[in-house]
Amino acid sequence: MRLTKEDVEHIALLARLHLSEEEKERYGEQLSNILEHVGKLQELDTADVPAMASIVVERSRLRPDEPAAAMPRADLLANAPDASDEQFKVPPVLDGGP
Amino acid sequence: MSGGLHELSAKQALAGLRAGKISSVELTRAYLERIEQHNPRLNAYLYVAAESALQAAAAADKQYAKARRSKGGKLPALLGLPIAVKDVLAVAGMPATCGSRILENFVPSYTATSVQRLLDAGVVVLGKTNTDEFAMGSSTENSAYGVTLNPWDETRVPGGSSGGSAAAVAGRLAPVALGTDTGGSVRQPAAFCGLTGLKTTYGRVSRYGLVAFGSSLDTVGVLARDAADAGLILKVMGGYDPQDATTVEKTPKLEKPSGKSLKGLRIGVPKEYFIEGLSAEVENGVREGIRQLEVLGAKAVPVSLPHTEYALPVYYIIAPAEASANLARFDGVRYGLRVAQDDLIEMFKRSRGAGFGPEVKRRIMIGSYALSAGYYDAYYGQAQKVRALIRRDFDNVFKKVDLIAAPSAPSTAFRIGAHGNDPLEMYLEDVFTLPANLAGVPGLCVCAGFDGQGLPIGLQMLGPHFADERLLAVAAAYQKVTDWHKQAPAL
Repeated sequence: MRLTKEDVEHIALLARLHLSEEEKERYGEQLSNILEHVGKLQELDTADVPAMASIVVERSRLRPDEPAAAMPRADLLANAPDASDEQFKVPPVLDGGP
Repeated sequence: MSGGLHELSAKQALAGLRAGKISSVELTRAYLERIEQHNPRLNAYLYVAAESALQAAAAADKQYAKARRSKGGKLPALLGLPIAVKDVLAVAGMPATCGSRILENFVPSYTATSVQRLLDAGVVVLGKTNTDEFAMGSSTENSAYGVTLNPWDETRVPGGSSGGSAAAVAGRLAPVALGTDTGGSVRQPAAFCGLTGLKTTYGRVSRYGLVAFGSSLDTVGVLARDAADAGLILKVMGGYDPQDATTVEKTPKLEKPSGKSLKGLRIGVPKEYFIEGLSAEVENGVREGIRQLEVLGAKAVPVSLPHTEYALPVYYIIAPAEASANLARFDGVRYGLRVAQDDLIEMFKRSRGAGFGPEVKRRIMIGSYALSAGYYDAYYGQAQKVRALIRRDFDNVFKKVDLIAAPSAPSTAFRIGAHGNDPLEMYLEDVFTLPANLAGVPGLCVCAGFDGQGLPIGLQMLGPHFADERLLAVAAAYQKVTDWHKQAPAL
């Protein structure tokens, strides 16, 4: 199956990726080739095979829910692209913001 | 001691440190000099922590001196040993770029458990090594910070994604280095650089502080000069960590050979790994390596892993699917690159579009597609089922044999740019290493000779879950009677 330009744009929106026109064309072609290759999986009859959600051999145990020191706020904010009043700053999320 | 200090293996260096024949400052300085001399060309390190390394080395020397004066006291196992760390693992206060522009200025405030345990045991971190962006690639050509050169032939790639770590150890710019292996990223660079590379069992080493790529596949591993060195590192960094729920509380102890003899060891040779596309020289090297294991007393038998040909398509659905979810966190809000926009969604799209390189974008899109409404069952659901079949193949074979021996990669190190235009061609590089990640089993690569151009050939061994120490013991026996692992490139 070949991906159309609309398919690529839809996937890019899902993935929150801005693509140039040239990228759309190139990735459309490359993704189509990769999907064609992975299409090989359809050869196998897996009706009786349970899907494998985890490869952990033993059942993993959750750690006890005990309060512990959090990472220092200042350390975390030091990596933020934009911050003020000890908070991460982003463009308005809801319509009618400032 | 004769020769340069950089010629010592980790084990030898530690013996020298304990005996007071060398100091950690001398040793660390020797590596920093090698780095200064060769790294501008090789590009193995993205960040060199010269100052903090020398401080840590001086502290280690003090501890040795104190123990000597008081004639006793237990010293940490790796006190004063320099190591290199792949740039996808967090070390507090050092950059962690993951080979990506999006994390160019990111400095984590915490340290990965694997690294922390090594630090607690006294290691000196020399710096952070180059990697394909977010560990996606087989050559380091996908790094945003330039390709790493293979010390054996500087026109060739060192393999990837842990290519910086491999080049650092092979070029004697570090005695030993941490890598990570999601689809072969420790074993294939080990093969290309003539090293011993250990991909640990899934659940053996904590991934806390490893920037996640494919969470059901990611493992932390070691690139070393020999099996003994790799074992030293594994022993310290493995084990249960409350911060990673996939680590097991008690590591099962499997039988392993002791000493030189491999008598009674059954080795499976899977026919699906000796296929068209495998170079004749690599095949000869690998078969000669297996013959050598037989000389040591092992018995090689043909086995079959019938679903091997499906490993590549399964991997290129599951790994991108998991990556698309894991990399959703890079949105320009809490860390990393932000391209400022008035609209929030547009900010996400522009930041990610500018911050991620081509291979990462491709994989995020494959993953997003495979997980999207209407395609989930056909792609991701089917891939999970076939993954179960691949896992079953290994379970069946390991009822009959103690380990599997096979090539690590179809060829020796390829030229920079050789797979430039076709992503699928690059994916085929991992065809012999991907199945172990899908099954969660441990794998180890040892150098088994050189091809006509003087490039190292890798022999891969795979074992059942938690057979990491068995693989190391077999490799150690092999390295007692061969000297391929002692060869070093002339820089």
